[in-house]
Amino acid sequence: MNHYKFRLVKDRVAFLLVHLSLTLALIPLFSVLYEVVQKGISTITIDFFISPTPTVGEKGGGAANAIQGTLITIGLASLIGIPIGLMSGVFLSEYSEHRLSIIVRFFNDVLSGIPSIIIGVFAYALIVRSIGFSVIAAAFALAIIMIPIVTRTTEEALKLVPMSIREAAIALGVPRWKTVVTIVLRSAKKAVVTGMLLSIARIAGESAPVLVTMGYWRWWFAGLDRPAANLALNVFVFAMSPFESWIALAWGSALVLILLVLGINFAVRIFTRERY
Amino acid sequence: MAPKFEIEDLNAWFGTKHVLKNINMKIEENAVTAIIGPSGCGKTTFIRCLNRMHEITPGARASGKVLFNGLDIYGDGVDPVMIRRKIGMVFQKPNPFPMMSIYDNVAAGLKLNGVKNKKIIDAAVRRSLELANLWDEVKNDLNKSGASLSGGQQQRLCIARALAVEPEVLLMDEPCSALDPIATAKIEALIRKLAENYTVVIVTHNMQQAARVSDYTAFLYLGELMEYGPTKQIFENPKHELTEKYITGKFG
Repeated sequence: MNHYKFRLVKDRVAFLLVHLSLTLALIPLFSVLYEVVQKGISTITIDFFISPTPTVGEKGGGAANAIQGTLITIGLASLIGIPIGLMSGVFLSEYSEHRLSIIVRFFNDVLSGIPSIIIGVFAYALIVRSIGFSVIAAAFALAIIMIPIVTRTTEEALKLVPMSIREAAIALGVPRWKTVVTIVLRSAKKAVVTGMLLSIARIAGESAPVLVTMGYWRWWFAGLDRPAANLALNVFVFAMSPFESWIALAWGSALVLILLVLGINFAVRIFTRERY
Repeated sequence: MAPKFEIEDLNAWFGTKHVLKNINMKIEENAVTAIIGPSGCGKTTFIRCLNRMHEITPGARASGKVLFNGLDIYGDGVDPVMIRRKIGMVFQKPNPFPMMSIYDNVAAGLKLNGVKNKKIIDAAVRRSLELANLWDEVKNDLNKSGASLSGGQQQRLCIARALAVEPEVLLMDEPCSALDPIATAKIEALIRKLAENYTVVIVTHNMQQAARVSDYTAFLYLGELMEYGPTKQIFENPKHELTEKYITGKFG
């Protein structure tokens, strides 16, 4: 009986510690959310979604151009980064006996550890110096940030597909590449798409590489070879401005950015819900 | 009647491990041939050599001749993909495609090999499920997930999936080892039925099963073919001492 009581006490203590840690971990998340919602909600008007950045002294204005620019930039980055990441992930998982796979996996891990500002500087040297600050340069930098994330999540997702599923398809006389494309990727679809969406969420809020590749732009989107406005940079620039109304716009942009990332996370949740 | 397979000096390796040694045997058409032997003797490797599934394992290789309808499947210019379409396989653990309905599981082989005509696919799905004695149990649930079936039903679904591409041979790797006795009995009855039109090669750990379902039995031991002949003879009058010891349960 004594043993039993002692175990009961240990159980309670462990339970309490776990919950305490969880609460501690959630405090910063909720305080950030609370602060941003509280300060940002008042700027979220219709004007915010239809008007571009105001000029000095101008009343109102919004972040419509930044939302537009952010969506275009992450869209282009995804178009470059997701296919490369997906295919690299397929290579690492399905052709792991290939000599190159060890090298690719190693450099992919290295790439995922490189600070994003350095990737920005790399894109600056490679693209900005030839065509100037532009959406292309920013999207290129963001795509490089995406690639190791998508590669890794795709590889892990495909490795979870049991070998027996591949063998079943191969034994039906399905060529190997077709087995990968139809059976393996299809079986791991949820996890693969989750990885893609999380990589988009990750780059949506990147500011440093965007700053060095696109710079700050307060107008509407004017072409891929020109800069575009950006939500993360709106926060960066406006938050340090001397005007009340601009600081308010920074909070509004921060809120929209958080909502965007939250929306992507919700999309992941909905997408990964069990159907069967 | 010409044999379906003529195997000449078949050797197989995993890396440096020599798992099959100079196998020579003929497998009769439209009959059930059972491969028995203790664990690790090469039974599974042997049947995986018959449809070139052995080589998909990294480091695995095989040498020798396997004549299928007189054609060496290891010969130059032979496409293993085409061989596998004619020689179907059922695995030890039921492995229906996840995320696919019962219908799509059976149709998978046809669809992935380019068949688009829905009438042909519908007919093949029904015919294969009927042949696998599963149609009556699933005909109203064809859109349900294959994974929602019981283990025995899943295994019959896998058999139907293999049959849908109209192979000539069905290789079965311990198809009942994950199943209960009732499901096993159903699969065994099915194997007998299939033998009317298909050549079946079945690996089994269960000697009673080999005796019940097969026409011919091969006893493998440490990668060598110890004895091969009609099942009745192997079980009632084995020539080799080891065979007798194995089938009477003295080792294994």
